Order: sequence, then C-alpha cells, then structure tokens
Amino acid sequence: MLLNLTGKKILVTGIANNRSIAWGIAQQLSKAGAELGITYLPDDKGRFESKVRELTEPLNPSLFLPLDVQNPAQIADLFKNIKNNWGQIDGLVHCLAFAGRDELIGDYSATTSEGFDRALNISAYSLAPLCKAAKPLFSNGAGVVSLTYLGSERAIPNYNVMGVAKAALEASVRYLSAELGPEKQVRINAISAGPIRTLASSAIGGILDMIHNVEEKAPLRRTVTQTEVGNTAAFLLSDLSSGISGQTIYVDAGYCINGM
Amino acid sequence: MSQEILEKVCSIVSEQLSVEAGEVKSDSNFQNDLGADSLDTVELVMALEEAFDIEIPDEAAEGIATVGDAVKFIEEKKG
Repeated sequence: MLLNLTGKKILVTGIANNRSIAWGIAQQLSKAGAELGITYLPDDKGRFESKVRELTEPLNPSLFLPLDVQNPAQIADLFKNIKNNWGQIDGLVHCLAFAGRDELIGDYSATTSEGFDRALNISAYSLAPLCKAAKPLFSNGAGVVSLTYLGSERAIPNYNVMGVAKAALEASVRYLSAELGPEKQVRINAISAGPIRTLASSAIGGILDMIHNVEEKAPLRRTVTQTEVGNTAAFLLSDLSSGISGQTIYVDAGYCINGM
Repeated sequence: MSQEILEKVCSIVSEQLSVEAGEVKSDSNFQNDLGADSLDTVELVMALEEAFDIEIPDEAAEGIATVGDAVKFIEEKKG
C-alpha cells in the first residue's frame, strides 16, 4: 500500500461527535494504520468524555486525554503523557475552533473585544502552544494538520470573526512551518474544507445556505464529506506529502476556483 | 399526529438526551422538562435531520421547543 501510516503515532484533537470532521480524519488515519491518541473537551457534565470515548473505542486509541487549549496545565499534562507513553509524536491534528453564536451572525463590526479574543485564542493561537509542547517530541518528518475555511480570505456572510481567526490560523501554519521545518523536517499544513454540517458549524448563521450554495456552484456540484477531508489529512501526515509544507490545501469540491 | 413519527422522535430524544423513554411525551419541553441545554438541542436537531432525511433551518429549529413541535415540523416537511 502506497499510503501507509503504520507505526505512526498521531494525536487527534477536536472530536465532539460522529459528525465531527476530526472523527472523519481519525477514522481514515486509523484505516491507514496509524496509532491514535484522542483528546476530548472536558466539561462539567462530562458530555464529551463519555460520548467521544464510546465513539472512538473501535479505533483502539492508545491515549485518551482531556484537552482544553485555554488551559496551559492541560497542554503540559497531555504532552507529558505523550512523552511517557509514546516517547515521540509523528502527527498532530488540530481541529479546534470556537466563536460565540452571537458573533457568527449579522455584522462583523458588532464583534466584541472579548468575542474576538476568545475566537482568535481558541481557533488560531492554540496551534502555537500545541506545536511548542510537541516540538521536542516530534519525530523526523512528523506532520501537523489544521482545519481552515475559505472565510479566511473571502467575505462569507455570518462567518465574521471566525474568518479573521482562520486567516490568523493560516498565517500561523506558515510561521510554524518556517520554524519547525529546518531541524527535523516537520511539516505543517492546513486543509480548507468545504462547508460540512457539524456541531461546530451549526453555530454559523445560515450554514445550510452555505452548503446549498456550494452544491449549486462548486465544479463537483456537491460539498465534501468528513471522509474526504480525512483522506487528505492522511496524505498530509504520510511520507507521500514529504515535499509539502506551510500550505492551505483545498478540499472543497473545487468551489474556491469560482469567480461567480 | 402520526404515531409512527412520534415514536421515532421519542426514541431519538430519549437517546440524545439520555432520558428514560417513558419520560418523553409529546408535550415534553426539551429544555424545561428534559434538561436539554443549547448544545443538546443542536445535536438533537441534527439527529432528527439525519433520521428523517430532512433539513431543519435555524429559524425553524428556534420554534421547536417540544416533542410535539418536532413531530409537527417533520410531518409538514414529509407532507
């Protein structure tokens, strides 16, 4: 098999339920032979912990740990566990984003300072401390993949502050590529996925309209699936993509080439 | 009200919100009676969309507060 992740230890963040893009990625990585570590967002009700544990059990993750990226102690704990259990890390999948519902509808100029800080902190900044913690553990040729969306470079109704956060994320991908490439050939790339109905995207005002628009206009006349994003993530974390770093790769049924 | 749709909705609600099937009635309010928070509600809406192969836009979802509301919406969609 050309695409082979056997023996690679990859951490997947951001699974909330069976519609999560991160779940599509985890499944494809596992199919390609990767050994997985899974993180879940800890909350008071333990909602995600039990749901994500049950969902991911069939993939036999060798690590299952909480991760709230706004909590530096949890990031430290996570990578202490990775060091002790894995010794190294071959891949990191960053599928984390948040903005308040109020920020994802209406006028961008109405974004609050707190809302802006929170969206940028969770959705863009978080990639930096994760890479910093992973840096001493990255194996030669390790890969990092993050998720972005076209709203980072085009104005898409209601996407608002998340578009600004995704622009910051894509820039972060470039800076981290420049930083992590020289020593150990670590590659960081972003996947710009077409709109998919997930728990997170449900917060975006008019997400169904966004999907319909893509189904009508994209060259492939449809939007994409979690599995398709997962396949591209598997490629980007495999040695097949060893020459690719700092890029935003579009998995959007071709939508972004359209002029109108 | 279609009994078949009602039963299917009740079973989805019971599973999504982790409440006993017997507690879910047609006049049960998701938030007030069944303890759903805003995230539960979003997941429930998506589960109903998948189960009935329909789309529930935000504006419609806002008007669905009870099991009966959901059944009525699905009946209208399914015509």
